[in-house]
Amino acid sequence: MAVTAAVERPTARRGSGTLVLGLVLAGVLLVGLALASVFVGSKPIPAPTVLDALLRFDPANTDHLFVRAERVPRTLVGIAVGAALGVAGAVMQAVARNPLADPGVLGINAGAALFIVTGINAFGVTALTGYVWFGFAGALVASLLVYGVGSMGREGATPIKLALSGAATNAAFVSLTTAVLLTDTDTFDQFRFWQVGALSGRSMAVFWQSSGFIALGLLVALAAARSLNTLSMGDDIARSLGQDVTRTRIAAGVAVVLLCGTATASVGPIAFVGLAVPLLARSITGPDHRWLLPLSMVLAPSLVLGADVVGRVIARPGELQVGILTALIGAPVFIAMVRGRKVAAP
Amino acid sequence: MIDTSAPEVVARGRARARRRSNLVALVLAAVLVAGAAVALSLGRGFVPLDDVLSTLAGQGSRSTNYVILELKLPRVLAAVLVGLAFGVSGAIFQTLLGNPLASPDVIGISTGASAAAVLCIVAFGLSGTVVSVVALAGALATAAVMYLLTWRGGVTGSRLVLVGIGVAAILLGVVSYLMTRAQVATAQDALVWLTGSLNGRGWDDVWPLAVLLALLLPAVAALSRVLNVLRMGDDSAKGLGVSVEPSRLGLLVCAVALAGAATAAAGPVAFVALLAAPIGRRLARDGTPALLVSGLVGAAVVLLADFAAQNLPGLPQYPVGVLTGSVGAPYLLWLLARANRAGKGG
Repeated sequence: MAVTAAVERPTARRGSGTLVLGLVLAGVLLVGLALASVFVGSKPIPAPTVLDALLRFDPANTDHLFVRAERVPRTLVGIAVGAALGVAGAVMQAVARNPLADPGVLGINAGAALFIVTGINAFGVTALTGYVWFGFAGALVASLLVYGVGSMGREGATPIKLALSGAATNAAFVSLTTAVLLTDTDTFDQFRFWQVGALSGRSMAVFWQSSGFIALGLLVALAAARSLNTLSMGDDIARSLGQDVTRTRIAAGVAVVLLCGTATASVGPIAFVGLAVPLLARSITGPDHRWLLPLSMVLAPSLVLGADVVGRVIARPGELQVGILTALIGAPVFIAMVRGRKVAAP
Repeated sequence: MIDTSAPEVVARGRARARRRSNLVALVLAAVLVAGAAVALSLGRGFVPLDDVLSTLAGQGSRSTNYVILELKLPRVLAAVLVGLAFGVSGAIFQTLLGNPLASPDVIGISTGASAAAVLCIVAFGLSGTVVSVVALAGALATAAVMYLLTWRGGVTGSRLVLVGIGVAAILLGVVSYLMTRAQVATAQDALVWLTGSLNGRGWDDVWPLAVLLALLLPAVAALSRVLNVLRMGDDSAKGLGVSVEPSRLGLLVCAVALAGAATAAAGPVAFVALLAAPIGRRLARDGTPALLVSGLVGAAVVLLADFAAQNLPGLPQYPVGVLTGSVGAPYLLWLLARANRAGKGG
């Protein structure tokens, strides 16, 4: 670790006391937003009724049913998916050493989308719980292609080759998806709402289905945090420190497939969260992934839940999808921080 | 890397690299001529090759004059010019910003054009030239906003990329929102535009594009030496007597205008700007930004994709953007897979 400290920029080094405090504050923010997500919605329900629904559930009360069947699950799904996207983004940026590396640009979402479109178009899948398996398979195929092509050749998987093979994979999958969508109006009609990214209508079944995969992905990513530190200094330094670079990349790949595949299949390809949150978190923690990953894991769900709550309130009685608002709310903050030189590219 | 004690070795190496990139450019030009001949002769409205040549020489019959000069030639020219513009624009962006993923598609320029165009199509029910003009304006306005947001006593490539991510995210949110609010049929029209299409392009579309390219390409050629120096970093460039900020602004304006003009003519044809430059650099292998070769690759990809889109048996008449990804991406993946030496540029 002495080497890491020497390489880091001095401004990025913070005492671990400050970092723990930051993590706790972010956790408090997340809990607050989760409560808001249960209590606030497009359908006004008085706070005592919501509390009753949680504590003294009455199946005959429609408000109680609504809270239990809609607000609680979507909040839980939002937390799980947000954590998945934040950590997956941080891992991808570390492996590709590129601030533009995210599941969208590097083809993982496109792989999930292509398989889901095929599922709708060829197999008539309509249930969200059915999407998950297709999304998962698509993310897996895309990752294998990106990593497989990126690691061919003598020098192995360099960041630049990973980035380019991701971009090319993305292009190929998006082309095929568009080809299906342009010829099949019904599939397109279903797909365009999935594509925005939304938490509404996600049942507890979606949460239970996704949470296992996401938990596993988070564990793999957190376990690899230390190796990611060395890897992000460059392959040569990592090797000279005795690290098995290939094994770290494979662990990172497994984590990304589990996290992105599940998140994308459950709620659609929510853009921007996986890209911006790790960059923002990095401005607080510095480049140490043992802090960066947990902070991203807590901040990203806050952005997702915050955007979802705003989306329910501003378009009453309708809703704006969370995928639209994560960008509209998150991007101005992000740009302001970039301008304030708080955010630096990894 | 390079043995500086032997300047003549370096000089010989450079001469060889230059010969190679000239050869590549010649081969690509030959591919373009052959592709244009095929596109003019074969496919829907077949005209024998000698009739094509005599028609181009001004001795065609009434029917060949119509088919060649009014239908096929403008479309072929539009494909070549659009591809050229996107290829050069992508190469400038990626070199100037020092990031192989930083093409106008990814950092928001094309997204700006898309948001403006989709707004026209979905909210105001417009089509045709108005959409083109508005798209061009959208691209230019987005670029101006990005530049101003990035400016802090100067502009750095990495900050521009990060601001671009934020701006692109906001605009993508707008596009997604509009797509979910529209009728299915209108949204599908918008999807065709977003994919990029050359269907029904005539001389009215070719002339403005040709005039813009005739103005912009010489400017790019004049600035390309500076681009080469800017790659080495601002300080080295200043040391070599380059006025960094005006040169960078000039190059950015050219790149944005090229992308905007091409987008106005055909829509943001998917992935040409992103994929052409990495392919071009890998083919040219001379360590320069390879603007000419990238432009020619872009032209070849669009021409080939458009011919395939019109004539593939058993498929509907897809817009060209559906196939550019399918044509360019596998080729780039293949180039990446067989790369066996470090430093072949991304």
